[in-house]
Amino acid sequence: MEYHESLPLSAEIRKKLQVNDVLYVTGTIFTARDSAHLRMRGMKPTDFPFDPSMMGLYHCGPLMKKEDGQWIAVSAGPTTSSRMEDVEDILLDRYGFHLIIGKGGMGERTSKALKKTVSVYAAFPGGAGVLAAEKITKVSEVYWLEELGMPEAVWVLEVKEFGPLVITMDAFGESLYRQS
Amino acid sequence: MDQKHLEDGILQLTLKAETEIPLDVITALRHAYSIETGAAKIQLEAMLANVDRAKKKRCPMCQDTGILTFFVNVGTDFRSTGILKQVIEQAVARATLEIPLRPNTVDPMTSKNHGDNLGSYLPHILWDFEPGDAVHIMIVPKGSGSENMSALGMLSPSVGLEGVKAFVVDVVKKAGGRPCPPIVVGVGVGGSADLAMNLGKRALLRPVGTRHPEQSIASLEEDLLERINKTGIGPMGLGGKVTALDVHVEVAYRHPASLPVGVVIQCWADRRASMIIHQDGSWEVI
Repeated sequence: MEYHESLPLSAEIRKKLQVNDVLYVTGTIFTARDSAHLRMRGMKPTDFPFDPSMMGLYHCGPLMKKEDGQWIAVSAGPTTSSRMEDVEDILLDRYGFHLIIGKGGMGERTSKALKKTVSVYAAFPGGAGVLAAEKITKVSEVYWLEELGMPEAVWVLEVKEFGPLVITMDAFGESLYRQS
Repeated sequence: MDQKHLEDGILQLTLKAETEIPLDVITALRHAYSIETGAAKIQLEAMLANVDRAKKKRCPMCQDTGILTFFVNVGTDFRSTGILKQVIEQAVARATLEIPLRPNTVDPMTSKNHGDNLGSYLPHILWDFEPGDAVHIMIVPKGSGSENMSALGMLSPSVGLEGVKAFVVDVVKKAGGRPCPPIVVGVGVGGSADLAMNLGKRALLRPVGTRHPEQSIASLEEDLLERINKTGIGPMGLGGKVTALDVHVEVAYRHPASLPVGVVIQCWADRRASMIIHQDGSWEVI
């Protein structure tokens, strides 16, 4: 099945989505990789600079450029999600976002947390950085840029028809990455 | 020799590598697209569309513009060898701003990113000599998604070639969808630990679809490719027929008691570009 949805994804949609479904999303997403994940684990949601619960989490370290004082995404495909495996279940539980976008998949801890929080993991084609950047209509904010540098900073992005995303880990505990 | 002009050359070389993948890789991706179905086909369709967009817009195809490795072959009669290292470094700093590239070099002690893709030992320059008065440079930008899946095996010689094959396939299986398959696998067999890894990376310089001139090594490549594609990992790990576009093997003689195997995994965005610098300072990106 193919879905075109606005963010945040409703609980009803999250319960409909199954592995191998194709999804395009419109709304707000935020990037976080290794360093941002560790920071988020170490703080209370109220100390985090914004409320991510209405957004999708994007495992991405974008290539950005600044033109006339405004950040523009040049290339912004997904990064390898498995590096965040040790932290993600805690963040899903604590921060209340229900969509993770990444590549390469995640492990059993995250799969359990997705089931528990009725959330989904969706894969964007790896390396397709320019396609992804073209779906980003606005770079709204950036946090921790000075301390963490461009790839590790937290970027808040407006996206339109962001995809193709393939649901590879669903809210029922199914995962396409589980090896038999 | 006009240093700025040479920097421009390295800048163009970097731009080409980051925005256009070689035709041999595109051909292999198109073939994979033609035989895959479902989620795997969707991945390949996006990859090929991305290749087109990146070339048209002259934007780096992947946000991970990688760590840059330069393979530099200096002609023994080339007279300006002394400036080459500085030219490459300056060009990398300029490319970071002008293309732009993502700043990817981080101090391992402080985790500080200085934003210019320079730092201790980076960019990585591998020097060699060749006859003549020209310089041949090949650049390989390589992202961490694939590099993190590379591995070294110091095998016991008793495992033989069968053991070598089993090790390579196991590395690919463990990597799964993480290095952005369909991958290209470079394998270095023999030498020492560092030499095996170096050969694995050098093996990636050979175009996809070409075989080693030595028959026994060519057979090893074909056998490995077949076994890797039988794993069913498929494009982006979503299942499929094509896990690897190709496998290239390079060998070095080994110590009787050592059997080092270096496996260097490259993502589908198998980026590389070449240039020649002539004695008079003129250059061409090939």
